[in-house]
Amino acid sequence: MIEVLTVGAQTTIQDQGRLGFLRYGVGCAGAMDAVALRCANIWLGNDENAAAIEIPSFPFKVRALADTHLAVSGADSDIRVDDIPFSPWGRLALKTGQTLHIGAPRRYSRCYLAVAGGWDVPLVLGSRSTQNRGSFGGLEGRGLSMGDRLRPISRPERSVPLPPDETWLGFVPPYLALPDAAVSQDGECTLRVLRAGEYGHFTEAAIAAFWQTPWKVTMQSNRAGYRLAGETLTFQKTVEMRSHGIVPGVVQVPPSGAPIIQLSDAHTAGGYPKIGTVIQADLWRIGQAPLGSVIRFVEVDYEQALQALEKIEHYLNALRLAVNDTWDAVSPKEQT
Amino acid sequence: MLNDALRDVPHISLLGTTGILFEAPGLFDLETQRRIWSLAREAAGWEGIREAAPGMTTLLLTFSAPFREIDALKARLEQAWENAEPDHRQGKLVEVPVIYGGEYGPDLEAVAQAKGLDIDDVVDIHTAGVYPVFALGSHPGFGYLGALDPRIHMPRKKVPILRAEAGSVAIGGMQTGVSSTAGPSGWNIIGRTEKRLFDEQRDPPAMLEPGDTIRFTAQRVQK
Repeated sequence: MIEVLTVGAQTTIQDQGRLGFLRYGVGCAGAMDAVALRCANIWLGNDENAAAIEIPSFPFKVRALADTHLAVSGADSDIRVDDIPFSPWGRLALKTGQTLHIGAPRRYSRCYLAVAGGWDVPLVLGSRSTQNRGSFGGLEGRGLSMGDRLRPISRPERSVPLPPDETWLGFVPPYLALPDAAVSQDGECTLRVLRAGEYGHFTEAAIAAFWQTPWKVTMQSNRAGYRLAGETLTFQKTVEMRSHGIVPGVVQVPPSGAPIIQLSDAHTAGGYPKIGTVIQADLWRIGQAPLGSVIRFVEVDYEQALQALEKIEHYLNALRLAVNDTWDAVSPKEQT
Repeated sequence: MLNDALRDVPHISLLGTTGILFEAPGLFDLETQRRIWSLAREAAGWEGIREAAPGMTTLLLTFSAPFREIDALKARLEQAWENAEPDHRQGKLVEVPVIYGGEYGPDLEAVAQAKGLDIDDVVDIHTAGVYPVFALGSHPGFGYLGALDPRIHMPRKKVPILRAEAGSVAIGGMQTGVSSTAGPSGWNIIGRTEKRLFDEQRDPPAMLEPGDTIRFTAQRVQK
């Protein structure tokens, strides 16, 4: 069990999301960086959908009220156990009374704190994610606050064994392991996009600007959507759209001409023209793009979008193997 | 570029690798929507489809895993639409008691003024309507309703308010609706109901379903 000592706004419990309830108006919620969430769960031998704490504001600090196995993934943050610096992208054993401090990221924007077994909050409509609109799921449907206590779900018998307390494991983060279209040296994040329904409604100048000019992530960006600033995207003619279902990644262009990437906490339906959809394989990159950073879009086709997803699965498979091998190396086989 | 209403063939477009959007040709009316409900019911059972979520004469299909045969899926959708008969389900009538005006309906007076009506007229017109539920979407339990009397159509606000309380009954353009959860809104809020049309602990969580009808009743009018 842990107690929250220091916490900023919009720090919530998230799993991979509440899928399959769009027809009731319930959006998917879920981790903004699902790759980081899955990594942290793999390191702990958890189900990859186990709930973790998504941390978008810093510092975040907890105290262990019992010996606890944790993993931290996501942004490249200053992490300390008591006063000892600790590598991000790894798992660690926190002893009773020790504190874990996660400071402001040097790069990227969201950290995930997972626990062996997953954080124990109720399953609501098939998910433990915090649903912003409707205030349910997660911890009482709200963000974490100081003094909150969270306990892990008891680990099932057949889960991967945990390392001895002295062992920590670090891993190659996905932004190194999955470099294609990744964040470049100058801090720009390139996102792969498939054309969407109203692509042909835009002027040639708008299409050119969309692909070729930089887009700044404005301060009005959050889990619902990233509002971008840049060129004004103009339409050949305005068309009244009927309300229709949308998914995270859809890039809508309201009459103002400033695109919005719809994300985890977006409304389930929209009526603005859609120029494209950021492919599922790159949604985690948006989740790690800080406010004020620069985004670029590059076009891919459906086949390339599927291949990009496969690369993520290969990376996660390799992690699973590495975790099992490492355990075999540090510990004799348990006789059960 | 064709206007939606002028298209005579469906428009099918990808939403990345996670979904596909079907937009019905023709007029925006209840009869077309009834065919959308049929299409939704059928497509929901197709292999690889996680969910079929109707919009306003549109249908979103989401995938349970990346869908490889995307062209075959498009063709199947087109064929299924050809064969889709209107679904004449008899939904339930849901009565929504509303306290109109005052602190519960802060925009009622503005609607009345803009339309050259008395507050009581607006309430009478709003409660006289019987509104079919076309689809659910936007936010939890929210129903897209048809047929708001044109005399009380009212454009959305230029700047949305950050928080409309749960139970807000509002007019946005040519639509009216009830929000069962609190959240930002650009609609004109004319009243509030204590009736909740969404409960995440229930299965299904939404009280409304497409094919139902809503009738608003005036519990009282505050001036």
